[in-house]
Amino acid sequence: MLVCALAAIAAAHAGDAPRAPFGFGKPASDAEIAGWDIDVLPDGTGLPPGRGSVEEGQLIYDEKCASCHGTFGESNSYLQLAGGAGSLASDQPVRTTGSKLNYAPTLWDYIRRAMPFNAPQTLAPDEVYALTAYVLNLNDIVPAGTVVDRDSLPRVRMPNRDGFTTKHGMMQVDGKPDTANVACMRDCSPPAGPASQMPVYARDSHGDLAQQRREMGAIAGVPMAVVATAPGTAPARTEPALALATRLGCMACHGVDRAVTGPSFRAVAARYAPGGAGSSGGAADSRLMAKIKAGGAGAWGTVPMPPQAQVADPDARKVVEWILGGAQ
Amino acid sequence: MADITASPGRIDPAPEAVHRLATAAPRRSFLRRTLALGGGMIAASAGKAADDLSRNLPPNVPEWQTTLGAPILAEPYGVPSKFEANVRRRESPGLTRTAHSSVAFTPLQNLFGIITPSGLHFERHHAGVPLVDPHQHRLMVHGMVARPRIFTMDDITRFPSVSRIHFIECGANTGMEWGNVAVPTVQYTHGMLGCSEWTGVPLALVLDECGVDRRRAKFILAEGADAAALTRTIPMTMLDDVLVVYGQNGEMLRPEQGYPLRLLVPGVQGVSSVKWLRRLKLGDVPWNTREESLHYVDLLPGGMQRQYTWVQEAKSVITSPSGGQVILDRGYHEITGLAWSGRGRVRRVDVSTDGGRNWRSARLQEPVHSRALTRFSCDWSWDGAPAMLQSRVVDATGYVQPTYRQLRAVRGTRSIYHNNAIQTWAVDASGEVSNVQIAA
Repeated sequence: MLVCALAAIAAAHAGDAPRAPFGFGKPASDAEIAGWDIDVLPDGTGLPPGRGSVEEGQLIYDEKCASCHGTFGESNSYLQLAGGAGSLASDQPVRTTGSKLNYAPTLWDYIRRAMPFNAPQTLAPDEVYALTAYVLNLNDIVPAGTVVDRDSLPRVRMPNRDGFTTKHGMMQVDGKPDTANVACMRDCSPPAGPASQMPVYARDSHGDLAQQRREMGAIAGVPMAVVATAPGTAPARTEPALALATRLGCMACHGVDRAVTGPSFRAVAARYAPGGAGSSGGAADSRLMAKIKAGGAGAWGTVPMPPQAQVADPDARKVVEWILGGAQ
Repeated sequence: MADITASPGRIDPAPEAVHRLATAAPRRSFLRRTLALGGGMIAASAGKAADDLSRNLPPNVPEWQTTLGAPILAEPYGVPSKFEANVRRRESPGLTRTAHSSVAFTPLQNLFGIITPSGLHFERHHAGVPLVDPHQHRLMVHGMVARPRIFTMDDITRFPSVSRIHFIECGANTGMEWGNVAVPTVQYTHGMLGCSEWTGVPLALVLDECGVDRRRAKFILAEGADAAALTRTIPMTMLDDVLVVYGQNGEMLRPEQGYPLRLLVPGVQGVSSVKWLRRLKLGDVPWNTREESLHYVDLLPGGMQRQYTWVQEAKSVITSPSGGQVILDRGYHEITGLAWSGRGRVRRVDVSTDGGRNWRSARLQEPVHSRALTRFSCDWSWDGAPAMLQSRVVDATGYVQPTYRQLRAVRGTRSIYHNNAIQTWAVDASGEVSNVQIAA
């Protein structure tokens, strides 16, 4: 007790604010830092040893990337990788990796930390170099045959290198704003009449608004006749099989009733139903199980489905049974 | 339903209030069609409900008074009443292609005060919500520090703590409306917004524990432990305001808000408040990360992109009455909404009911916190005539929220981020409120 009291008095004399170091935590070893220190600066600082070619990149890309980004990086289902250079000043800017990015090492950094979407941080440095080279080649920034490494990649000049500015007031809390409205209170002169409003055909685009407002008080949500269940209110979201498919990452490429980059599950069910295009050739469930595990291509177009060997058999079976049952 | 065309909106006096939804529909032709399609069912269920409910109205004794209620611990972790099922986060159809990299919006139209319930705080993830085991979570601090260190959650929660109320707004909030009206309600126009009491450690304490080199270090890289390993640059000039947060509204962070540890950079676009925080690296240049070069850059007319647009400028919106709603009765209504500024406190909010011609100052709910949502309200008597509702915030720096015309004159219409223009809700003679923009 006495010791605590004396310590408290001493602390009070030293000032109220506690001071570091408290001695909390433990030193980070070089090995521990090396495992997590994955960032790369735009000048290439942080790039590891390794190398990769456009051609090596294409092989990896077709297997692991094309299903979302398109064979030529043209898919806008996910971020479009190629095209659009010089379009940012137009009324219809085409926002792609190639048209927007300023420094090539940033592309390397992002592929390494976050791609492939369903299996990030699984690529070896050589693979990341190769993929970076291929994406640059898709944008006609480097020619076929190019090999990139940590010395050459920072020297690649991106088309939009000079397309960024920090001359604005939003980097500092006390920065200067770019608009200067005046708080007029009486007889101000605003523009007259609505210039833009929701088109009639889009009124029910967000579901029944009456069901999005508390049913209490003098102001209600506007009722809409909506056939499809509104997103976010769909009870199917909590369906165990759908929840499983979501957790496994299936929904990154498939929708229940709409195609994304892959076919909708309802379309898959129809294909394998009796009389469907895929109804012959053996038991549908075991064929679909195999497709999940080994991947596939050709049934729904040229975009391949990457192999999902990491999915456990019971999980795959549950998802397959749900899909073949109509994905209800 | 026969007399619904007789007057503008109407609330039936008790005990017939249950008919409200069926009779609430304004009298536009498309709504008549709507009612023709679905209204029969609504009316039928309302009629049945009326029979059920009248049993519980005076002079009868309500059924829930004639039997025991649920025992304690029916819900060990309490949940809202089943009658509040409409109050939930929602996604905007077509906005994103996968639920793993998407956004769910806060239902601002249904909330009171300034605190967003943790389960309604908007979600925005770049690669799903990781389920992080707090016992295996680590925060590494390295770079321009004398003592690179690794902290456990035991270490972090042992530091002296602070609790502060701050908003988090996604930089892309209202981003769908740069060119034109695109979404119907305030949930979708402004719902990438939340405000919580956050508890954690001042970042400066953690950095000093590691012997940060305050002379050389100009920037901090913050990295998440999610599948995006999301990274953002934080300037050291903001250091004194930044918290390393584990608590939200009195409990641990929700998984979708970064459990067990996130950064909180008050007043700065939400993506900088990196969730599932695993690493801080001190350096002397900004990192130009993917979320600072391909995204979260502001495209200007002429094609230049503003980079590192961190601060969320002052903004306000009326949440009631607001788009997608119908005012059921003439007479008194409270106009209420939210205002906030990334540069400090809200000083004043003005409200107009005539599309910005005349304004009056609203009441502010006290206390007003710096860089926190601020609730405003003012009295309004609706006479049944069309009206145009607007709010306009003035923050502590004297900055006045801009009109769409002013904002577009500088930034065009192709930007995605930092749309803080004055919002207009149009009220028509039927009482229906809709989202409009009055400046091209």
